[in-house]
Amino acid sequence: MSVRSTITSQFQQVAKEQDRMLAPLSDDLRLVQSGLDSLSFAIVVARLEDSLGIDPFNGSESIEFPTTFGDFVRLYEHFAK
Amino acid sequence: MLSDGRSLWESIAEAGTLAGRLQSPHAVIPLAELVHASSLGGRLEELRGRSVLLLTRNQMTAALAMIELDGVARRLVLCPPDLAREHLPGVARGADTDACVRDGASGTATLPGVVTCVAAQTPLWRGDVSRSRTHATEWVLLTSGTTGAPKLVLHTLASLTSALSGQARPAPGTIVWSTFYDIRRYGGLQIFMRAVHGGSLVLSDPVEPVVDFLARAAAAGVTHISGTPSHWRRALMSGALATLAPRYVRLSGEISDQAVLDSLRAAFPGVPVAHAFASTEAGVAFEVRDGLAGFPAALLDGNGPVELRVAGDTLRIRSPGTALRYLGEGAEPLRGPDAFVDTGDWIEQRAGRCYFMGRRGGVINVGGLKVYPEEVEAVINAHPWVRMSLVRARRNAILGAVVTAEVVLADGGSGQEAPPASEALTRELTEACRRALAPHKVPAAIRIVPSLEVSAAGKLVRPVA
Repeated sequence: MSVRSTITSQFQQVAKEQDRMLAPLSDDLRLVQSGLDSLSFAIVVARLEDSLGIDPFNGSESIEFPTTFGDFVRLYEHFAK
Repeated sequence: MLSDGRSLWESIAEAGTLAGRLQSPHAVIPLAELVHASSLGGRLEELRGRSVLLLTRNQMTAALAMIELDGVARRLVLCPPDLAREHLPGVARGADTDACVRDGASGTATLPGVVTCVAAQTPLWRGDVSRSRTHATEWVLLTSGTTGAPKLVLHTLASLTSALSGQARPAPGTIVWSTFYDIRRYGGLQIFMRAVHGGSLVLSDPVEPVVDFLARAAAAGVTHISGTPSHWRRALMSGALATLAPRYVRLSGEISDQAVLDSLRAAFPGVPVAHAFASTEAGVAFEVRDGLAGFPAALLDGNGPVELRVAGDTLRIRSPGTALRYLGEGAEPLRGPDAFVDTGDWIEQRAGRCYFMGRRGGVINVGGLKVYPEEVEAVINAHPWVRMSLVRARRNAILGAVVTAEVVLADGGSGQEAPPASEALTRELTEACRRALAPHKVPAAIRIVPSLEVSAAGKLVRPVA
């Protein structure tokens, strides 16, 4: 599974678990408008650490915090390389 | 000394109660032998009036030395066998010891202030032994901190046996105790005190597989047996409990959740399964026998010798069983100004019952909201395929931390069928947590693991927060 599809399915899975209405996941979707709350994001980040083996937010490298879904995917793609 | 002023030996040597014996994998010692024999090779008198470090690795010699030294030594410091060597000098200084007892032929200790070192051994040395009582021996227990130096907790024989006072002695030969605990820890020492007052005791052994220990206990006719919930989960996983036919099963030292209580009731139909609350500092507070987790809130208003109350959400205890103080320079007060001991155990009251939710120090902070790992573990452990679990924090950039869980599966589960695929199972467990817990308490990730580490004290090893 690609990094993008792994992230997409985690967004969908966590939204379902948390009873959140998920907006369609386009690259320009602003994360604050995605329908996920901060707990949902925290869970997504933890799950992605398990499935992809990376947590870009906990590393030593300074990162630009993603604001859109596209930024979020690219951040993980960058670290997955 | 007991509250009636007798020494431990005087108390257990009362007419008719010397029928018991101590049993290890390697030796059986009838208590009556101590009338004309000693584990200390004729050197008991050298320890009279001294502050003695009890350093034996062997539980049998530790048990014998405790019986022999109460009323003789000024102070008796019980060192569990897994005490890290680097902490010994600090313990010796803190308890102001000037003598030690160790396993045979193991040389003299080079410890600050220790000038006499006596070897303890079996078989017993035969000869004249004075059992005269000259000292009100102070007992010092070490708390098993996960890191750092242990605390030295000062008790007396009266405080250590306060839960026994007023209880009738059993008819000789009718009760055989055993415990998974080492008897130098508070939980094990309580069983030791009960056992030597009119019963026998089967000692555990740290290198003995649990299956062998249970077989030995069964062969010795154990009627009463005690351990932590983690000890019991390990025993349940061994599949060897069927050999045991106890009349009384006891849990203490950790939170007993409903799942472990139910599993033990199923393993021992018709046998009382009691869970007790006790800690090294607070002493034995109460025992719950109704088979349910938690304890009746009515205990908080009781007017017996043990007073309980909840303040600042934690359980406080004042009783004749609480320790006197911590030893050592600059030691913090053990009791509050009102003589209550704060146990640090967080209590939640629901429908007339008090539930232990976890330890104050163990709290996980998820975006400013508290999670006690034990309350999540209790939900996970209730699943039929789960034997035990460990909930911990994982660093998280969004909320500071999230909750994750590691789970050990039960062998048999609800039937004999194979367990569900791990993905399906973790989904089921997540669902169960979602039904029972607030969203921030639901583990973000659940992992099935082959085993979880249990400490020498019989407690689940928790990461230091």
